[in-house]
Amino acid sequence: MTLVARLAAAEVVYGAGRQALGPFDLDLAPGEIVALVGPSGCGKSTALRLLAGLEEPTRGTVTRTAGRGETSVVFQSPTLMPWADAVSNVALPLELSGIDRAEARAKAQIALEQVGLAASSHVKPAQLSGGMAMRVSLARALVTRPRLLLLDEPFAALDEITRRTLADDVHRLWDQTRPAVVFVTHNVEEAAFVAQRIIVMSPGPGRLVGETVMAAPLPRPAGFRTSEPFRFAAEAISRDLAASMRAAA
Amino acid sequence: MNRALNTLAPLALIAVLLAIWEAACRLTGVPAYFLPSPSAVAAAMIENGPLLLGSAWNTLATALLALACASLMASCLALIIATNRLLEQAVRPLAVALQVTPVVAIAPQVVIWAGLAHADRAIIALAVIVAFFPIFSGALTGLKSTDPDLERLFDLYGASRWQKLTRLRLPSAIPFMLEGHKVAGGLAVIGSVVAEFVAGSGGSQGLAWRILESSNRLQTAKTFAAVIVLAIMGAGLHAVLETSERAILKRFRGR
Repeated sequence: MTLVARLAAAEVVYGAGRQALGPFDLDLAPGEIVALVGPSGCGKSTALRLLAGLEEPTRGTVTRTAGRGETSVVFQSPTLMPWADAVSNVALPLELSGIDRAEARAKAQIALEQVGLAASSHVKPAQLSGGMAMRVSLARALVTRPRLLLLDEPFAALDEITRRTLADDVHRLWDQTRPAVVFVTHNVEEAAFVAQRIIVMSPGPGRLVGETVMAAPLPRPAGFRTSEPFRFAAEAISRDLAASMRAAA
Repeated sequence: MNRALNTLAPLALIAVLLAIWEAACRLTGVPAYFLPSPSAVAAAMIENGPLLLGSAWNTLATALLALACASLMASCLALIIATNRLLEQAVRPLAVALQVTPVVAIAPQVVIWAGLAHADRAIIALAVIVAFFPIFSGALTGLKSTDPDLERLFDLYGASRWQKLTRLRLPSAIPFMLEGHKVAGGLAVIGSVVAEFVAGSGGSQGLAWRILESSNRLQTAKTFAAVIVLAIMGAGLHAVLETSERAILKRFRGR
């Protein structure tokens, strides 16, 4: 089975010798959902940018088999163009790749329907709620049918109820095309709920502290948050996280 | 109720101040060439109405023409410069120097260059210089104020430089450019009035010339009338630009 992406002993050093990441290893198989958890400043967003090809490692190697147009990123803020309505925002990746306008917009409309926003296609971002804007952002990420979907703390700015609904949405949407997903978060329960494999990182520079495998069906069954495996995984991740904080102190 | 009060309050204050002024003029008997009473100013305004309106139109037309020229030049230059860091570094100090130099300081020379027979050209050129900077600065700031995450997104999807410029940087610049035009509109009026003062010839028939002319003839009431027309015109232009800025932004952002 070929990997979608691999980080091998990847290190990122920013100017003035500040090491942000690594050495850090990560193998990403097709269709798997991996969460990167860690305190802020642990280099998880840096790892994500390496996987996206938006940044080059200072040392080590990054291998990506998902080419241009096969990788999508969802940022912490919805990152929509404020001057364009929802459907134009979602159509953007297709239009940039040269697909003609009418076809791109038709596909964007379908993507909006999948996130439950068919009726809001001509609404501009300022008129959308935070959760709706994030859904538009998800629709834009999925409209290209990516092989690799990178989520950089996408729910951090939302309220608890919206976060839970969106977590379910992510699974439902993932189930349609089964991209490999890397989900960056600092929320332990969210990581345990969303991902099959949860990697805890230590801060400055970001390194692997522990890995928890969550062998429960996806999308998650009802009441999953109160189940034994979920609680157990959340505990394990919390322990790793506490260890990573101690290591940093 | 509150809205009505808000509109009435400044009008009431103006009425009170005018009443005090009128009373003071009548009681002290100060000569009209020194300080005309509000009623004398009003009479001068009515008497010279057509003349003042015609002059106001000349000044306004000059300012609007200057605004259009400045808009075209400043936007084009900002667009060229925003694509090249080194070019921006080179041009910025010159643009700042142009901005901080008072227009009165360079006006006499510009009048000479334009030729004494063509004072109108010198006035437009000077107003353009004054209106140039806010538009240039706004456009440049706007072109560089794109959301870094949106920029990453465009990179991720392999957008070309042209696509990034037309689909990301130009739309991002629009709110800044609108603000720049609003400021520049007011400055264009000031610029054309100051330039007209310096040109100081009857070749131009704007409000500044009316002020100079009446002031030289000690027709102080007429001077006041011209200044008031000028103030009303400036405020009107500002209001029009502000309203259109808001309307365009509302369309642009959908809220």
